Amino acid sequence: MKDEYILRIENVTKDFPGIRALSNVSFKIKKGDIHGLCGENGAGKSTLVKILAGVYPNNTYQGKIYFNEKELKFTSYSIEEAIKEGIATVYQEPVLVPQMTVGENIFLGREPGDKGIINWSKLFSDTKEILNKYKLSVPFFAKLSTLSVGQQQMVEIAKALSQEIKFLILDEPTSALTEAEVNYLMEMLKNLKDNGVTCIYISHRLEEFFRITDNITILRDGQVVNTVKTTDTSVEKVITMMVGREMKKRFPVRDSKPGEKILEVKNLSVSAQNKMVIKDVLFDLRKGEILGIAGLMGSGRTELVTAIFGEYGKHVTGEIFLEGKPVTIRSARDAIKYGISLVPEDRKKMGLVLIQEVYKNISLPNLRKFSNALSIDKYKELKECQKYADDLSIKTPSLFTITESLSGGNQQKVVIAKWLMSNPKILILDDPTRGIDVGTKYEIYNLINKLAKNGVGIIMISSELEEVLGMSDRIMVMREGECTGILDRKDATQERIMALATNLKRSYRYN
Amino acid sequence: MKQLNFIDKIKKIKIDIRAYTLIFALIVIWLLFGSLTGGVFLSSRNFSNLLRQMTIISFLAIGMTPVIITGNIDLSVGSMTGFISVIAAYLQAILLPTFLPGLFPALSVELLGIFSTIITIIICLLLGLLIGMGQGYIIAYGGVPAFIVTLGGMLILRGGLLAVAQGKTIVPIEDSLRVMAQGYLTKYPGIIIAVIAIIILFLVTLQSRTKKTQYGLKIKPLSYDLVVTSLFSAIVLGFVLVMNSYRGVQIPVLIMAIIAVMVTYLTNNTRFGRHIYAVGGNKEATKLSGINVQAVVLKTYALMGLLCGVSGIILTGYVAAGTTSGGMNYELSAIGGCVMGGTSLMGGIGTVFGALMGTLLMTSIENGMSVMNMSVFWQYIVKGLILVLAVYVDVTSRKNKSL
Repeated sequence: MKDEYILRIENVTKDFPGIRALSNVSFKIKKGDIHGLCGENGAGKSTLVKILAGVYPNNTYQGKIYFNEKELKFTSYSIEEAIKEGIATVYQEPVLVPQMTVGENIFLGREPGDKGIINWSKLFSDTKEILNKYKLSVPFFAKLSTLSVGQQQMVEIAKALSQEIKFLILDEPTSALTEAEVNYLMEMLKNLKDNGVTCIYISHRLEEFFRITDNITILRDGQVVNTVKTTDTSVEKVITMMVGREMKKRFPVRDSKPGEKILEVKNLSVSAQNKMVIKDVLFDLRKGEILGIAGLMGSGRTELVTAIFGEYGKHVTGEIFLEGKPVTIRSARDAIKYGISLVPEDRKKMGLVLIQEVYKNISLPNLRKFSNALSIDKYKELKECQKYADDLSIKTPSLFTITESLSGGNQQKVVIAKWLMSNPKILILDDPTRGIDVGTKYEIYNLINKLAKNGVGIIMISSELEEVLGMSDRIMVMREGECTGILDRKDATQERIMALATNLKRSYRYN
Repeated sequence: MKQLNFIDKIKKIKIDIRAYTLIFALIVIWLLFGSLTGGVFLSSRNFSNLLRQMTIISFLAIGMTPVIITGNIDLSVGSMTGFISVIAAYLQAILLPTFLPGLFPALSVELLGIFSTIITIIICLLLGLLIGMGQGYIIAYGGVPAFIVTLGGMLILRGGLLAVAQGKTIVPIEDSLRVMAQGYLTKYPGIIIAVIAIIILFLVTLQSRTKKTQYGLKIKPLSYDLVVTSLFSAIVLGFVLVMNSYRGVQIPVLIMAIIAVMVTYLTNNTRFGRHIYAVGGNKEATKLSGINVQAVVLKTYALMGLLCGVSGIILTGYVAAGTTSGGMNYELSAIGGCVMGGTSLMGGIGTVFGALMGTLLMTSIENGMSVMNMSVFWQYIVKGLILVLAVYVDVTSRKNKSL
C-alpha cells in the first residue's frame, strides 16, 4: 500500500553552521490530501519547504525524500529541478512581474509560439482555459499590479498548475489576505483537491487547518512532534504540541480603566489621487485604552492610521485634537514630536533598515536622546538599547547582529522597541502580529496591555477578528474608507463585526 | 543562544576578512610592481609621488562615499573640479591682480599674493558648496533622478569651464597656492604632527574605555587596546619617517588625511552620519522614523560640492595653471575608488576608509604601470578589468554570506 503516499520524508537532518535546523524529520503525505504543516517561527518549516522546493540541494542535508516513490536528488540551488519533478511552491509574497498581464506571468519563460515569436492568441486562450478549469476568478488580461495580493496568489497557483504540477506547497499564503480572500482561497483549495492536486499547507492561523486540511504535522525545534488526523485533534491540542507546554489562554486578561481623552479625530478625510480614501471619520481614544480597528484589507484602516501619522501631508482634512488641543500633523516628524508612534503594517519595508544592526534600528528615531550636534554617545546608546532589548526579550545573539537575520517575531519586537524608546503617548500598531508565531504573539499582547496600563493610548489594527475581540476595549469597524461603527467590547461579536465590515448599510454609532 | 553567538562570531570574522582583502590586494600589487620595477616602485620617492597622485581623486572619493551610501550618485564631480580649478586660476591670474593692488596699495607683493590665495580659497569653497546644494536641491526636493541631474551638471560645468578658459591655459598662480598642492612639511613639523596624532589616538582609546566602564559595557583587556593603538601609532610614525627620508610629508596629503578623518567622524559619530546609512538602507522606514530624508540627501551633495571645491583648488595649485582638460574623467575614478572600497551602489553600505583604500589601489596600478613605461592604453584596460573584477569578488562574497 506504499504507493498511496505521494511524498515520503525519511530522517531528514539539515545543519547550518552552529545550529541544527531539522533533526531526523520523517512523515508521509497521502496523494490528494491537504497536509498542514505547523510550528512556531524557527521550528524548521521554512527549511523543510526550501529542501522540497529545491533551494537546498541533495548534498546539503542528510536523509531521503521519496516523491512518487522516486528519490529526490536535486543538485543545484534552483527551483527549476523541483518544478520539473512536479513540485511548486507558492509564497506569502507573490514573486511575479507587476508590469505584465496575468497570462504573460503564467507563461513567463514558456510562452507558446514559434522561433521566438509569441503566439498571443494561444497564450490568452491557454490562460483562460487554466483559470476556468480550476475556477480561479482572476481577469486574465489584467496587469498584475492592479490585482490584490489574494488574486496575485491565484495567479501564482495558476502558473504552477499550468506546468502540470500535482503537488503544491503553500507557504503562509493567508498571512497577507483578508478574511474574505481567505475564504475564497479555502474554496479554491478544496476545488484543487477534487482535481487530484496534493498540497502542503503552512499557516500561522491555526483555525485554517481545521477548515481544509486532512492531516497536520507539527514541528518543534526542528523535530516532528506528531502527525495527526485533523478530525482527531483541536486548536488547543495543536498549540500545546507546537509550544510544548499548555497554553490556556490565547489572550492575556487585563482590567482596563481608560482615563481622560487623549486623542480626538473629527471628520477626518483623505483624498489621494483624486480618490477619497478616508471619508469623514470620527473617533476618540482615551489614556490606557486599546481601540481595535477591524476591517477588510482595502477598507482604509491602514490609510486612516497613516493619515493620523502625517503620511498624507496636505491631503488630509478634518481636525485632530491631542489632549484637547488642536494639532496639525503633516509628516511623520510632526507626529513623533506630538508623541504619536506607528508600528507599520509592513515591518520589512516600512519599519526596519534590515541591513543594519539591531541597535541602530532601535535608536534611529531616538538619536537625540544620546547625542548633541557634534556626536553620538554610542555607549549610552548601547546601554539604552540593551535595556529595551532585555525588556522585550528580543532574541538576538547581540545588539550588533544584522536585523535581517532575526526571525519575524523578533524583528517585530525590534520595531516595537524602537517606538517604546521614544516614550509615545499614543501607540498605533498596524497588524502587529501578522506572520508571527503563537508564543511571540502572546508576548506582544502582554506588552501592549502593559503599555495601556501605564496610560498609553493604543490603536491596534488587526486582520484577525479573534485578536481584535480578545484585545480591544472598543472596536471600530471600517469599510471603504468609512467608519461603519464603534462597538464596545461587551457588545462585539465576530458576526457583528463582519456585518459592519461588509454590509453596505451604514449603521453609524458614535458616543 | 550559545550556538548563535558562535554564528555571529563567524560572521564578524567574515566581515573583517572583507575589509582586509583590499589591504591584502594592495600589498600584493605593491610587491608585484616592486619586483617588476626592480624596487623603483617601492622607493620612498615613488611612494611620495603615488600619494600625491591620489590626493585630488581622494577628495572626490571621500565626498562621493556619503552620496553613494544614500543610494545616489554624482557624475558632475570631475567637471566641477575642473570648473572650480579654472575659476581659481582666473581669480588668481586675471581678476584679483587687477584690483587688489589698487585696494591695498600699502601691501607688499608677497602679502598680496597670500591675500589673493585666501580670497580664492573662500570663493572656490563657497562656489563648490553652492553648486552642490543646487544639484542636491533638485535631486532631493525636485525628485529628478540623481543620475540625470548630475549628468546635466557634468555637461553644464564642462561648458562653463570652457567658457571661462576660452581655450587658453590660465597662468600664473600665486606661490602660496602652489605650496598647498606641491609643498612638503620639513622634517620636524612632520614628526610633531605624527606625535600629536599618536597622542590623540591614545587619548581616544582611553576615553572610550572609561565610557564603556561608566555604562557597564564589556571592555577588552587593556593590553589588547594598547597593542592595537600602538600598532596604528607605528603606522603613522613609520609613514612620516618614510616620507621624511625623501622630502617630507606632502602638504596636500596632510590635507587629505585631515579631511578623511573629519568625514569618517561625520559618518560614524554623528546623527547626520547615522541618517545617511539609514536613508540608503531603507528610505521609507527612515522617513517613518521622523527623519527628514530630503534634507539628508541635500546635505550629502553640499558636502560633495565643498570637497569638489577643495579638489579644484589643489588641482590648480598642483598644475600651477587652470586648464581646459582639468578634472576630466575624475568622476569615474572617484566612483571606481568608492566601489572598489566596498561601497554598495545599492546604498546603505560603505566607508570613507574603504573609498580611500580603493582609490589608493587604483592609483597604485596606474602609477606602477607608468613606472614600468607601459602604454597609456594598457593602463585604461587594466584599470577597467580590475574594477569589474573587484566588484565581482565583492558580489560573490556577499552572495555566499547570505546562503
